[in-house]
Amino acid sequence: MIWLDTIVQGLLLGGLYALFAAGLSLVFGIMRLVNLAHGDLIVLAAFIVLVVVEATGLNPFLSALIAAPALFAFGWALQWFVFNRVLGKDILPPLLVTFGLSIALQNGMLEVFSADSQRIPAGPLESASVDLGAVTVGIMPLLTFASAVAVIFALNQIFYRTALGRAFRATSDDPVTASLMGINPRSVFAMATGLAMVIVTIAALYLGMRSNFDPSIGPARLIFAFEAVIIGGLGSLWGTLVGGAIIGVAQTVGAQINPEWQILAGHLAFLAVLLVRPRGLFPRAVD
Amino acid sequence: MQVTVTTRTRASTVAGFVALGLIALGLILPAFASRSLIQDLFFILTMLTLAQLWNLIAGYGGMVSVGQQAFVGIGAYAMFAGVILWGWDPVPAILLGGVAAFLLAIPMAFFAFRLQGAYFAIGTWVIAEVTRLVIAQWKTLGGGTGTSLPREATSDIIGVATIAELFGLRDAAARDVLAYWLALALAVGTMAAIYALLRSRNGLALTALRDNDNAARSVGVDAGRLKWLVFLAAAAMTGLVGALIYMQTARISPDAAFSVTSWTAYVIFIVVIGGIGRLEGPIVGVLVFWGLQTAFSDYGSWYLLALGLIAIAVMLFAPRGLWGLFASRTGIALFPVQRRLVTSGLVTGQPNTQREEVT
Repeated sequence: MIWLDTIVQGLLLGGLYALFAAGLSLVFGIMRLVNLAHGDLIVLAAFIVLVVVEATGLNPFLSALIAAPALFAFGWALQWFVFNRVLGKDILPPLLVTFGLSIALQNGMLEVFSADSQRIPAGPLESASVDLGAVTVGIMPLLTFASAVAVIFALNQIFYRTALGRAFRATSDDPVTASLMGINPRSVFAMATGLAMVIVTIAALYLGMRSNFDPSIGPARLIFAFEAVIIGGLGSLWGTLVGGAIIGVAQTVGAQINPEWQILAGHLAFLAVLLVRPRGLFPRAVD
Repeated sequence: MQVTVTTRTRASTVAGFVALGLIALGLILPAFASRSLIQDLFFILTMLTLAQLWNLIAGYGGMVSVGQQAFVGIGAYAMFAGVILWGWDPVPAILLGGVAAFLLAIPMAFFAFRLQGAYFAIGTWVIAEVTRLVIAQWKTLGGGTGTSLPREATSDIIGVATIAELFGLRDAAARDVLAYWLALALAVGTMAAIYALLRSRNGLALTALRDNDNAARSVGVDAGRLKWLVFLAAAAMTGLVGALIYMQTARISPDAAFSVTSWTAYVIFIVVIGGIGRLEGPIVGVLVFWGLQTAFSDYGSWYLLALGLIAIAVMLFAPRGLWGLFASRTGIALFPVQRRLVTSGLVTGQPNTQREEVT
């Protein structure tokens, strides 16, 4: 029974990793940009939600709703003024710029928010749980997982049902031809990064409510997100959810065997998938 | 009419003599330099070597690795294992560091080469993390908290007694001198090897691959073999540097030895500021970095914040770095790798033409 419990907890943890990964996957899918500051942006968003909670006294979900437009604007501006200037055939400039941003964000947050661990207070929700017969699961992990499914569902709807999604797909396939059809790739990219920051806000909300966070934990979140994307296969959002679940289960199973092996087990699962399926489980994009 | 191919320019001839002079000066420096200068130079030389190696794989090989700390860490730990577990002298144990990094690089390349472009970067980072987590389980070498080199091992390192006698120094200062000489040898050896490689057929193939993958393959460049060659060689050298750095500090922990900030972020910063894809770049970059470090490192995270922002600004406004700006204005290359046709003493092509594409 303990193993069933471990696996269920791992699956639900995977929801959190899928949330981390969805923004990364979106940005990569549209502009082939790997944002090395993605993890630090999640931590930044968590701090911003916390600030809103403390300033207004609202509950975290409403606070995230208030923070989201601001973070959308931040993402939009980041793309418009910084990333758009370095995107091109050469992958080096965007990588180095996002790496520099990662270092700058970590240390900026360290100065502003100090190295103390923080947590977004979620009241009774933190410890609430439901009994499902065989296993008892926390409300918070369930909510996280449900949000991940909702986010991925919504993203798929945006991609395949809206004009914006059509612009996303067109620009992803061929920016030059898309721009002949009246699409401005630069503004599509800015919209995409803005949207990614909204997803980052949702991920940050759960990160901050479920566990302690501090300015240094960003890179590890980036790595989990990246592993989920690669396991799922580039370009497949549902695959990303599966990838997150695999990392989550590997981590909880590893932790069950020896608490020191939790993170290592997740990495090893990633390497195992990379070994047998280099292009991931559900590859869609050709690159 | 006699036609030959050459890479030599007047500037490079001068640079060659200056370099020889600097090496000679560097060798005799401990006779009259202060201990703190020797320690600063040790730092500069080791960072320069790491930067040159990263520049080789990223700037010339097009493989942007964010996992170089894996090789620094494994090299350092292999040296510690040699000293603590097998009773080796620390200096020959540095070689173990190179071997260990080489061996780690084989599976790392095997996995990371399956990932394209930017994903390669994070892939190498993951493998560095795995290595750190595994090493942290190695209880005989201190596990997660780390360990120190035993006093008896550091007290009679080969050559220290001779150096102490030669310069009339105390043992600790003599150890610094030894570490400095080794760092000088590694830095000069690495740069000479990279320069020789870039001037060889393989180097030409490597730069061709970076500039246009498909075109290079179409004229018969074996991309896979070259990438393996460069990646493994850089890894082994990085391992040697890591072992040397930790011979000098004599204290190790997984978090410090596998630090992405110290061994990869700083290194990337040096290369980017100085100018990526040129041998001169890391030299300029390391001097700028050392200057900033000496002047501002007391400011802690503000300093690191500024470093990050400077790196972004350089990528935005001067993507070829400080040396790139200088070279495009003046056309000077101290270590030219560009091949030119020379006919009976006359150089074809203008010395002032844009060299950026072909360097």
